Amino acid sequence: MVTCLGDVFFPETGVRIVRLLRRLGVHVDFPRGQTCCGLPLFNSGYRAEAAAVAARTAALLRDAEHVVVPSGSCAWMVKHEYPGLLAGDAGRAARDLAARTYELSQFLVSVVGRTRFRSAIRGRLTYHDSCHLLRGLGESRAPRAILGDLEGARLVELPGADECCGFGGSFSVRLPEVSTAILDAKLARVEATGADCVVACDAGCLMQMAGGLRRRGSRVRAAHLADVIEDGA
Amino acid sequence: MTFRERAATALRDTHLQEALTIATTRFIDLRRRAFGEFPEGDALRDRAREIKEATLQRLDHWVERLVERVEARGGRVHYASGAAEAREIVVDIARRAGARMAVKTKSMATEEVELNDALERAGIAPVETDLGEYIIQLAHEKPSHIIAPAIHKTKGQVAELFARELGRQVAADPEALTRIAREELREKFLKADVGITGANFAVAETGTIVLVTNEGNGRMATSLPRVHIALMGVEKVIPSMTDLMVFLAILARSATGQKLSAYTTLIQGPRRPGELEGPDELHLVLLDNGRIRQLAGPLRGALDCLRCGACLNVCPVYRQIGGHAYGYTYPGPIGILLTAMLHGEGAVKELAHASSLCGACADACPVRIDIPRMLIDLRGAGVSARTAPPAERLVFRTLARILRSPALYRLSIRLGRLAQRPFVRDGALPSLPLPFRAWTSTRDLPPVAARTFSERWAELEREAAPPPTGPR
Repeated sequence: MVTCLGDVFFPETGVRIVRLLRRLGVHVDFPRGQTCCGLPLFNSGYRAEAAAVAARTAALLRDAEHVVVPSGSCAWMVKHEYPGLLAGDAGRAARDLAARTYELSQFLVSVVGRTRFRSAIRGRLTYHDSCHLLRGLGESRAPRAILGDLEGARLVELPGADECCGFGGSFSVRLPEVSTAILDAKLARVEATGADCVVACDAGCLMQMAGGLRRRGSRVRAAHLADVIEDGA
Repeated sequence: MTFRERAATALRDTHLQEALTIATTRFIDLRRRAFGEFPEGDALRDRAREIKEATLQRLDHWVERLVERVEARGGRVHYASGAAEAREIVVDIARRAGARMAVKTKSMATEEVELNDALERAGIAPVETDLGEYIIQLAHEKPSHIIAPAIHKTKGQVAELFARELGRQVAADPEALTRIAREELREKFLKADVGITGANFAVAETGTIVLVTNEGNGRMATSLPRVHIALMGVEKVIPSMTDLMVFLAILARSATGQKLSAYTTLIQGPRRPGELEGPDELHLVLLDNGRIRQLAGPLRGALDCLRCGACLNVCPVYRQIGGHAYGYTYPGPIGILLTAMLHGEGAVKELAHASSLCGACADACPVRIDIPRMLIDLRGAGVSARTAPPAERLVFRTLARILRSPALYRLSIRLGRLAQRPFVRDGALPSLPLPFRAWTSTRDLPPVAARTFSERWAELEREAAPPPTGPR
């Protein structure tokens, strides 16, 4: 599953993930017709609309042995919310789908069983815990295991790594001033680490942090986990 | 002013920003450390939640039991269905006691019913004796945090306030400021006819009212005046003393990172013959004010709340804007739910969106209230009740149609690519017109990719087709 933001704004990251997974011996398929997991609708209270989107996305992923998602929030949506959102047979199928769905770092560490990769960039990295991956899926170790083992880069801990970046989907445009104030606090801490790059496992956080970093003319860049792993291609 | 405008004003208030950052960061560290040193904390949080849920299941039973036990110990119990009734009951008791002055301890329930105004109108001077409450009473403000009412003020501002209102010059030093407040308040304790408190818990099996404080003012207010009135939300009843121990173990740790607060005051009835201290009369006022309805309502989870304030401290929104911007008695994530409980769902149509849904609140909550989920439900209620703005509904309904149809989705991407052309600068969109201006006023937006992942897939498939070449 590539996710809507991944498809439209960060296709290169998706391409890197496909190549990486293939290199690791994973057969990668991409069911056509994917749009979005429905999270933006769900979070704004459009439950029926979210359920309709969820139903078609779930159906597309029905035959996959494992579903890999490059965003913690979308993975959370599939794993946590699909089962409650879909009724009857679709609900049962959603529970099954939830068990087969992994955020990318989780898939690499717990299914592929690998944390050691070469780094695609040199220098210092720091890691931002995206809220849904950390608190929704309870995952803080897998991305750090990979980043910590990365050959050619050094991981430095980000103070307040577990604090929100201020994205929050529609929150970022409903309350842009508050969203930006939260972002500024986050970016100040990122810059204070001296890192060259802040890594996250969520397209939403990356859009927010990259957008803020560019605007302030920062030398720090924001990158997805897959962007900092040398994909061998 | 809309919520967005109030929030923007708060963001520009440099004193507020300084005060909030210092205080919430400290609260977060203290709480983290307290639970870090307390391995049984998580299990106790689960237990506390179970107790709360089981008590709410039979709330009528436990309230009856509480009433019976408090009355058996010589106290009087009153029931207030709403804020107005609560004010009347308290004012009436104070009047009959011939009161001219009432000392108060920190109580969100009395804030909720706006008791101070009612007392003043009745010619009874309310005197706040919690340091934070004392500060905001002097400043004619309202609390901006559930447990730290003056969190929005810097110590420098407090020193200025004391100079202006009390005519006392003092350094901006918390200890010196506290000493002044103590001196000012001591005499009020001795003069007051009535002591008004809230209650953190009331234990049904023993009829015990429990006050958790740090300044000792709770003891003074409940032992010196002739009459003690405690106003308490009806959901705060708990069954037993054993249960109380569970809650006490997690309450102060969640609130201030203390193992226990400095004072835990257990009150059982008025002064009995032969006792030296305590009031002649003890009144417990049980407040409904929208709570009972939620026993079977969508906000039931919020009835578990212990009012520790932990969710405020960790909330990225609260940490930026403080409590006043919310516009109601209870700020922060839990405050949005409580506002909906007290004032109806219509009152929070803006506030329900004052959260990035980051989940830090639910994580910090000692009784694990799933605040983000209830916020989403409140947003949903706004959609169903059509209180969400029509333009917003149109946007989301259109989005839903696009996301349900791959053809429309592809078309939208193509249109997006055309529309963005004049705005692309150096591979980004630094400035867009409405409705995207809300984003680009402070952040760059990535452009719609020249080729989406979906559009590149056919190529990627071919890449995999030839025999594997291994890493290049």
